[in-house]
Amino acid sequence: MDGNVLHKPPEAHGRVKVRQVSMIVRDAIHKHGAHYDALIPILGEVNKELGYIPTSALSEVRKRLHHPEDGVFVSESQLYSLASFYSMFSTQPRGRHVVQFCESAPCHVQGGRNVIIALQEALELKPGETSPDGKWSLVMTSCLGVCAVGPVILVDEDIYGNVTPEQLPMIFAKYD
Amino acid sequence: MAFYRSHVLVCVDPSCINKGAYEVMDALQDELVAQGLIDEVQVLETSRIGACISGPEIMVYPEAVHYVGLTPEDIPDLVEEHFLKGRVVEKLQLKVKPVVDEELGPPKAKEVRVVLRNCGKIDPENVEDYIAEDGYQALANVLSTMTPDQVIDEVSRSGLRGRGGAGFSTGKKWSLCRAVNDFPKYITCNADEGDPGAFMNRRVLEGDPHSVIEGMIICAYAIGASYGYIYCRAEYPIAVRTLNIAIQQARGLGLLGENILGSGFSFDLEVRQGAGAFVCGEETALIASIEGKRGEPRPRPPFPAVKGLWGKPTNNNNVETFANIPQIIINGADWFASMGTEKSKGTKTFAIAGDVNHSGLIEVPLGITLREVVYDVAGGIKDSKGLKAVQIGGPMGGFLCEQHLDIGVDYESLSGAGAMMGSGGFVVMDDETCMVDMARFFMEFTQDESCGKCTPCRVGTRRVLEILQKICNGVGTPEDLATLEALCPEIQRNSLCGLGQGATNPVVSSIRLFRQEYEAHILEKRCPARVCRALIRYEISDNCTGCTVCARNCPVQVITGERRQMHVIDTEACIRCGICLQVCNFNAVKVVS
Repeated sequence: MDGNVLHKPPEAHGRVKVRQVSMIVRDAIHKHGAHYDALIPILGEVNKELGYIPTSALSEVRKRLHHPEDGVFVSESQLYSLASFYSMFSTQPRGRHVVQFCESAPCHVQGGRNVIIALQEALELKPGETSPDGKWSLVMTSCLGVCAVGPVILVDEDIYGNVTPEQLPMIFAKYD
Repeated sequence: MAFYRSHVLVCVDPSCINKGAYEVMDALQDELVAQGLIDEVQVLETSRIGACISGPEIMVYPEAVHYVGLTPEDIPDLVEEHFLKGRVVEKLQLKVKPVVDEELGPPKAKEVRVVLRNCGKIDPENVEDYIAEDGYQALANVLSTMTPDQVIDEVSRSGLRGRGGAGFSTGKKWSLCRAVNDFPKYITCNADEGDPGAFMNRRVLEGDPHSVIEGMIICAYAIGASYGYIYCRAEYPIAVRTLNIAIQQARGLGLLGENILGSGFSFDLEVRQGAGAFVCGEETALIASIEGKRGEPRPRPPFPAVKGLWGKPTNNNNVETFANIPQIIINGADWFASMGTEKSKGTKTFAIAGDVNHSGLIEVPLGITLREVVYDVAGGIKDSKGLKAVQIGGPMGGFLCEQHLDIGVDYESLSGAGAMMGSGGFVVMDDETCMVDMARFFMEFTQDESCGKCTPCRVGTRRVLEILQKICNGVGTPEDLATLEALCPEIQRNSLCGLGQGATNPVVSSIRLFRQEYEAHILEKRCPARVCRALIRYEISDNCTGCTVCARNCPVQVITGERRQMHVIDTEACIRCGICLQVCNFNAVKVVS
């Protein structure tokens, strides 16, 4: 369900320091507990901090949680399968600002089709892509549940409702 | 203790004192004495009432009238008008612009609110607001006067059925889990409301979280569970926050944790956040996700009631199902069963979206007709257009059309008409909607959300989508329709979970109801609703005044023409973005198919 599944896992990006990753993982495990059932919240924490989950984070989680002597087995492939399954996780670095567009039916019938076309033109990106300058990523999202004001886009954590193609440049101008 | 018919709260916040709060209060006391009302109206000091911007302010209860910017000179009039004659003095009243709630608002015609009764009325972050609305009364009754079997019996008699969509009897489900002698048992609340356009559960979680928590505790008592999880989708950060606050407050009052209300019964719960996977709304996938795995469903049996979380008996219900429970206990099974039809009892929340005048949330008694929902509750179709189709039950729901308007909205009638109750998405489409395009659209969704575990769903949905794309692109062949009709039932029969089993419903039902549209796309290469881009072209009619606005806005610059002369679109080079249509002020651009 994630376009990344078929790709080779990307290498840890140069700008993410191994020590930083290690600390983020440590804190996340501390917060959510060193249990198998905490893996998704832990990966969620990493994704939130870094914007994506680098392979170095997966091996860090494995190192800290894999305890065969206690019957707890965690492998990197398992972790990668989690990171690639859930659409909120990204295995690729993302831009400074992530624009999410709700592609669901209510937004679609309220004019969402024109908004997504305009979005792609305005950002010069296709869904799933990140701009070369690292500023924008365009992501399709599932329903955000604010359909009463569709079409809806989400820029980072800001929700914009009743969006029209004409409003997009004004919205994007707020971000640098 | 003396009784007063009115209470006046005077704000004695420092900023109000500076502006003369005490002078106003003294004047008020004096005037009440003078007019002989001092035994009927009580004056009290209070901390801040409002924003303290416009000076001394008072709040009059029970009518909750808020007066601001008072001076001692205003008081004689105010006392005479308000306390003697009973008339609100509007010129002194705080004018607040009413907050427009685009989602919920006041109940519309024919609505009955049970699950949504507190939403927007109480402060969801204050448990005492909930308690004041009879909150946790049901739990207290259950723990002090009812046995688990009596609780299950009451829920069974109410006729409540799973509000997540499948419509299985809730009482039956609970008794199955209760009968399993294996501990610990768990409870999961399905708050992974992923159906596009459905946000009823979000409103309940954000507006009345304790009703869900109370329902869960009662369920835990009935089946003998010791721990619960609310699995909430990550797209709902506010719901997660509200729930966490509510859980903490409930724990603080001894409503969760060890020895609840001194009954000896112990139960606690936590919120688990999803990470974006539609399929996690399926109960076995939801359980896998809570366990920290990929959210993939597994075959049933064994059912979660026997082997669920960590192989232990687990009862999973939807948010709305749990929110109904306290009301059923307080008002009785008979009260609940008095609403609805013979087999579908109670009310159901729906999120109405699409081309209707009043989109948003509604709660109606089951059995209400589609016509009543579309035309009375939702106020009819936007811009007085005609109705083309209604889709109930999310992306896996079937379409219904004009001919179905008089069927009842209940589990049996909907499935009899080829649709389903689902979780409560309700998308209304006007007569400018292309049904092939809509079927393709829903297929895109389910194909993308297919978890990939079983072949019929993983491969089948992709094949169906490819065929629909072909048809929309104007390269469909007559065989395609036959292939769709053969393939869809196979996917339905052989898929592992509800996602694959329901994925082709929109295709099957749209072919059944709108076959002529498919044929128009395939045989005549025409999109009757003029939506499918490959099959339409834009033309400029002689309404054109030559204002040039279309030519200036065309992103590919294929519109030509002299000023004040009729313009022309180069159809070959046109990318059919429709901008010319939107910007034209003279209704000169036409879509032709």
